[in-house]
Amino acid sequence: MRRIRRKVAVVGAGLTLFMRRALETGKELSYYAASQALESAGLRLRDIEAVVVSSGPDAFDGVHMKGEWLSDGAGGYCKPIMRSYVGGGSGVFSIIHGWYMVASGMFDTVLVVAEEKMSSCQPHPQGAFLTIFDHTLERPLGPNLLWIFALEQSRYMHTYGISNEEIALVSVKNKRNALNHPCAQVAAELTVQDVLSSEVVAWPVHRLMVSPVSDGAAAIVLASEHVAKRITDKPVWVEGVGWCLDTSYWGNRDLAYPRYVEYAARMAYEMAGIREPRKEIHVVEPYDPFAYKELHHLEGLLLAERGKAAEDLVNGRFDRDGELPSCPSGGLMGVGNPIAAAGLMKVCEIFWQLRGEAGKRQVPGNPKKGLAQAWGDLMQIGTVVVLGR
Amino acid sequence: MARKRESSPQNPHDVGRVMREIPERPRGTPLKDQDIREGKVSLIAWKPHLEYRWDSGVAISRFLLGLKEGKILGVRCHSCGRTVTPPRAFCEWCFRPVDEWVELKDTGTVNTFSICYVTWDMKPLEIPQIPAVIEIDGTHPRVGFLHLLGGIGEKDVEAIRRRVRVGMRVQAVWKSPAERVGAITDILYFQPLE
Amino acid sequence: MDEGVAILGVGVTPLRPISPELSQRELIFEAATKAYIDAGTEPAEIHSFISISEDFHEGTSITDEYTPDQLGAILRPVHTIAGDGLQGLAAACMLIQSGIADLVAVEGHCKTSNILNHEEVFAMALDPIYERPVGVPSHAIAALEMRRYLHETGLPEEAVAGVVVKNRRNALRNPLASYGASLTVEEVQASPLLASPLRVLHTSPYADGAVVLIVASAARARRKGRKPVWIKGIGWATETPWLAERSWGRATYTVVSAQMAYRMAGISRPRKEIHFAEVDDTYAYKELQHLQALELLTPQEATELTRGGDFEGPLPVNASGGSLGMGYCFDATALYRVAEATWQIRGEAGSHQVPGARTGVVCSWRGVPTTTGGVVVLQAD
Repeated sequence: MRRIRRKVAVVGAGLTLFMRRALETGKELSYYAASQALESAGLRLRDIEAVVVSSGPDAFDGVHMKGEWLSDGAGGYCKPIMRSYVGGGSGVFSIIHGWYMVASGMFDTVLVVAEEKMSSCQPHPQGAFLTIFDHTLERPLGPNLLWIFALEQSRYMHTYGISNEEIALVSVKNKRNALNHPCAQVAAELTVQDVLSSEVVAWPVHRLMVSPVSDGAAAIVLASEHVAKRITDKPVWVEGVGWCLDTSYWGNRDLAYPRYVEYAARMAYEMAGIREPRKEIHVVEPYDPFAYKELHHLEGLLLAERGKAAEDLVNGRFDRDGELPSCPSGGLMGVGNPIAAAGLMKVCEIFWQLRGEAGKRQVPGNPKKGLAQAWGDLMQIGTVVVLGR
Repeated sequence: MARKRESSPQNPHDVGRVMREIPERPRGTPLKDQDIREGKVSLIAWKPHLEYRWDSGVAISRFLLGLKEGKILGVRCHSCGRTVTPPRAFCEWCFRPVDEWVELKDTGTVNTFSICYVTWDMKPLEIPQIPAVIEIDGTHPRVGFLHLLGGIGEKDVEAIRRRVRVGMRVQAVWKSPAERVGAITDILYFQPLE
Repeated sequence: MDEGVAILGVGVTPLRPISPELSQRELIFEAATKAYIDAGTEPAEIHSFISISEDFHEGTSITDEYTPDQLGAILRPVHTIAGDGLQGLAAACMLIQSGIADLVAVEGHCKTSNILNHEEVFAMALDPIYERPVGVPSHAIAALEMRRYLHETGLPEEAVAGVVVKNRRNALRNPLASYGASLTVEEVQASPLLASPLRVLHTSPYADGAVVLIVASAARARRKGRKPVWIKGIGWATETPWLAERSWGRATYTVVSAQMAYRMAGISRPRKEIHFAEVDDTYAYKELQHLQALELLTPQEATELTRGGDFEGPLPVNASGGSLGMGYCFDATALYRVAEATWQIRGEAGSHQVPGARTGVVCSWRGVPTTTGGVVVLQAD
């Protein structure tokens, strides 16, 4: 096992509303989230030594080198600021990026800001995804983002005999959980029938199985051990990090199982000293931009048997008061999906859950270890962080 | 209707509820479509004109030339023994140049498919598109690429699903030789062999 | 740095104005293969991979998708830094120092020739509300900086032309360079004005290329039995994204970066302790501005140096030919310069070897309209 040089703690978190369309610019949203995170940590910007900024495709904002543009809103003026980028996995990767900056000994305090303003992209934010495909072999076919997820969901259902009723239940659970989230965009009390009655956008995907397009920002403050102990009684430690990227040739891959998520999880578990994840992880925020992805990811995270997550879901195992609460925040299906911000929102949720500060969303049992995961690129990358107190 | 019951806890003109829960800081201001329509907010528009011309390189250039001749080409790596398509100059597993070009059949098997009823900007499609991952015959392990299924002649989900299934055998339908330009669209679509 | 990090391997493709024979992935595969051989390693031994890219430079959204295959990094920890090459190198250093990796590959690439309208890409980097509608071209922003720099330092325009003469002549000796030329100050100053006082020959021409560096922990570097080049200090910073707010006359980002890198490297007298420099010269005046921010030369000394055009002078700057002589390839530029510095310190720079090159500095800039750059101090074993 690798010897990690320094312990790193999360000491503050902040979140804006997630909204279909925000009045604020991306810089302003970043500032809102960053200033909340600083305030919750009891720090000022001058206490911050370095900044990580995280955001999805530049095409959303129509701004080239978006990390540069966001830098002042994210608190990076005249500071070492850096943007890491792994598509949809960026939000959870941003804490990993901040973690290695502090763990290296180079910085004691790092502000991590994740922002997404999708609404600027007209006529529809999906336009930003038209150019994610291979320019020579795929774009001429006119693919859109729904295709690839529908293709993956279809293969997942076929391989394990999963029904669309079971997939729809993810939407129901998460949108219900989100009713207790003050930042939620699409919280609702729905039934499985409601979800299946919503129109088919790309079979087997129905409209209510897809997360919305959103604007929003999230931020956290990371600190080295000696700083964390000085400024808070309730540090939440980054115990494990993992990330893994699979081949670009997605047509050459097994779409039924996210092997890259498993590898990322194994990397994080090894660092965290976790041998039995199903027993040792108490609360989890898997990435759920599409309803099936939550199940797919719970399997990749080794928190459910392969092909059996749907069964666990139906049996209530992933409810907020279940054996392993999954997406107690309401997830992307309920809170919203400003891509990078949504990933970091999941980290914020685990932070609040472990500190017992999640309010009405608090899961029972005094959780000690939690996991947040995101995923992105061409169904290709897994990013995983294990937090503990 | 599900749509009616999908509610939001936010109200742009009443942030009080939100502010009571997290009182310290502003958290953003949701706009409604109406706010835009009525000109309550100012907007700046910019239409990008970004143009690129990508070098296809060794492997994809030859693949495209093959398509022009009505052939699907693949490559073989003698180190791992895989035959794959789309072709690549190097084996990404063995990290060495591939050894051999092979001509594959233009038949294959549906790995997965979808029936898509919307355009990228969420406009409804009268005739759905059926994207699929096609495993091309002669590759090992069975791998392939994205293309469309066609020649199904149905519109609704159930009717299409009666004709199309995972594991179904398909064959490429090509443009006429005169129309082919050396592009992935030289294959119009794949149609059922059964 | 208190726990050593070293450059162990370098692989590059020659910088060329166009590269139609290879796709981007194929170009990177070539650089990666060379780097692994140079470091005496193979992809399976590498713990983490970093790719440097920006979407609009590639014409692809989420460019991270297309990074792993050509590095031999399938199902491995790979991430993209949407930033400068030196930011990517800094990320590699931090991964190693955190203890999570002993060997990291850092990759940068550029197919500038595949972008058909560079001005539009540039325009997209301006603030869409306040700055873009003004319609200011990229070179005009550089011209504004150049004007203010000359005003503050009292340097003549000929000093800037001297940089061009020196760098393009140096490039004649560098087989990787594409734009070597024998020019005079008069010829440079006779080239057409782009935006007064900036002239065509003051700007670096574009080039395509790929570069991969293998970075190692001290323990791993020793075990490999190669000649490590130590990364003694590294820093990077962004001043401000606003045109209206930047310090036009001086490179504040370099000042902040240099302070960070020098402190880490324990360098208190850079002029005495540094033997050569590879400094960003995207525009010729930037070389002088950066040298000043690096505390390596006063503007007057810089003028003298460039007038001589002799890289065997007291401080050889851009013996490689710089971007003016090699070609400019966006964020990969910094990694090419680190590669150059590595060869210099190893004594492998061939016909443009700087004698006695033991400690060198590389200074980068992300180009207009950014105020972002980095500084790294490299040293012989």
